[in-house]
Amino acid sequence: MSSQFVQFLIAGINAGAIYALIALGFAIIYNASHVINFAQGEFVMLGGMMTVFLLALGMPLPIAVLLAIAATAVAGMVLEKLAIEPARGASVVTLIIITIGASILLRGLVQVAMGRNFHRVPPFTGDDPIPVLGAALLPQNLWVCGVTVLAVLALRWFFTRTMWGKAILATSHNRLAAELVGINVRLVMLVSFGLSGALGALAGVLIAPITLTHANVGIMLGLKGFCAAILGGLGNFPGAVAGGLVLGLAEAMAAGYLSSQYKDAVAFVLILAVLFFLPGGLMGRGSTERV
Amino acid sequence: MLEVAGLTSHYGRIQALQGIDVRVGEGELVAIVGANGAGKTTLLRTISGVQAASAGSVRFAGQDITHMPPHGRVRLGICQVPEGRQVFGPLAVEDNLKLGAFTRPGHEIEAQLAGIYRLFPGLGDKRAEPAGTLSGGQQQMLSIGRAIMARPKLLLLDEPSMGLAPLLVEEIFRTIVALKAEGTTILLVEQNAHAALAIADRGYVLETGRVSFEDTGAALLGNDRVRAAYLGL
Repeated sequence: MSSQFVQFLIAGINAGAIYALIALGFAIIYNASHVINFAQGEFVMLGGMMTVFLLALGMPLPIAVLLAIAATAVAGMVLEKLAIEPARGASVVTLIIITIGASILLRGLVQVAMGRNFHRVPPFTGDDPIPVLGAALLPQNLWVCGVTVLAVLALRWFFTRTMWGKAILATSHNRLAAELVGINVRLVMLVSFGLSGALGALAGVLIAPITLTHANVGIMLGLKGFCAAILGGLGNFPGAVAGGLVLGLAEAMAAGYLSSQYKDAVAFVLILAVLFFLPGGLMGRGSTERV
Repeated sequence: MLEVAGLTSHYGRIQALQGIDVRVGEGELVAIVGANGAGKTTLLRTISGVQAASAGSVRFAGQDITHMPPHGRVRLGICQVPEGRQVFGPLAVEDNLKLGAFTRPGHEIEAQLAGIYRLFPGLGDKRAEPAGTLSGGQQQMLSIGRAIMARPKLLLLDEPSMGLAPLLVEEIFRTIVALKAEGTTILLVEQNAHAALAIADRGYVLETGRVSFEDTGAALLGNDRVRAAYLGL
């Protein structure tokens, strides 16, 4: 294995993990409401930028990171409460447009408050590359992968083992029946937006030490996460993770072996290919409902 | 136990209920019959809270619940088995049942589950399978079982026999009679008016959003106009 290939592999898995987290955020909100939340990328931006802001106030890094994630979760819930819930009963397209409006608003607010410059978040545990088969692995790469794995396992546990997780799934499968068994579906929506906000912010905080962050970072990351979610099959959790990894690796290989100028195009070519040939996504499967 | 007074409800500009008065006493089995589009399902949906009332009131155990959200009403003990079963298809049978007890304390659930599996042995054999793969009859049992998991004081049944083979219809009606015998209060909406009135203490006949007849089940079965209009006799 050439060291070059290993280096691309590291970059691909790193980006893939971030895309996976963002895609999971899309999947959770899509499941709860059938809305594609185009403000998901702004959650990623908020995670990074709020960490920068809190660090500037003199907070230690771990506290700043946790607070930034919590604050973004709250921002997600506020978005749901102020913009989505009042539009209850509106068509899904209307709700999607609301999320686009919310993303422009969030981006604008951060630009006004913090300017349009690039900011750096220090790596969680040092900068010294670890040599691996001739390639360089940053400690932050390990953080990205490790925390993503933990987050995916935690989500899996939440959705398959807890009553609340199952209640959210039940609401996504059949809202009427969920209401009739006593699930507060408005609370489910609120929790879903909060959870997606936290996941997005987590992605933003993890990646900020590697790629820098700025007020517009959420546009492209949000689109990539959306591509990953579509790749895996919208609303499918394992699919979102797989889609993220496939996209990250494809991008890294294309950037390395073809040209880095085509890196961003890869996501959109992949998405077209999937929509043409596998409209249900990589993990899409036929439904098993009898009527 | 349940008092519905002057209830009206709209779908957009269409008025589906035009001032309905219905009363269900504790332990009673009350049937609502009528043609398609008479407002039977809308009445149940307004009682369970998934459909908004535009005027009138719904009172349960002395409390005004007209504007209470559906999950609040489930906590009070009003559980609806919706038309067309509406199981959580991709979730396992047992998860469907456990979700039925979402509003109940966790320690009750195991005993409740055992009770449901005694009532519907077919469900116990398939507890780990996705609910969507069950047959129509089993899905109906699951839908009823899911509602019973919440220990309803008032069970609202919407067309439980719809689309089922005659043998299964009999089993569903036997189950309803058994639930009544255990003391559950039941409001039953049925297309199969004959079978419903035969087991009901009292019945209401709905016609274009209004109550046109109200009497005991036996009297309605013997009423010539009801027989001609709804029973095809």
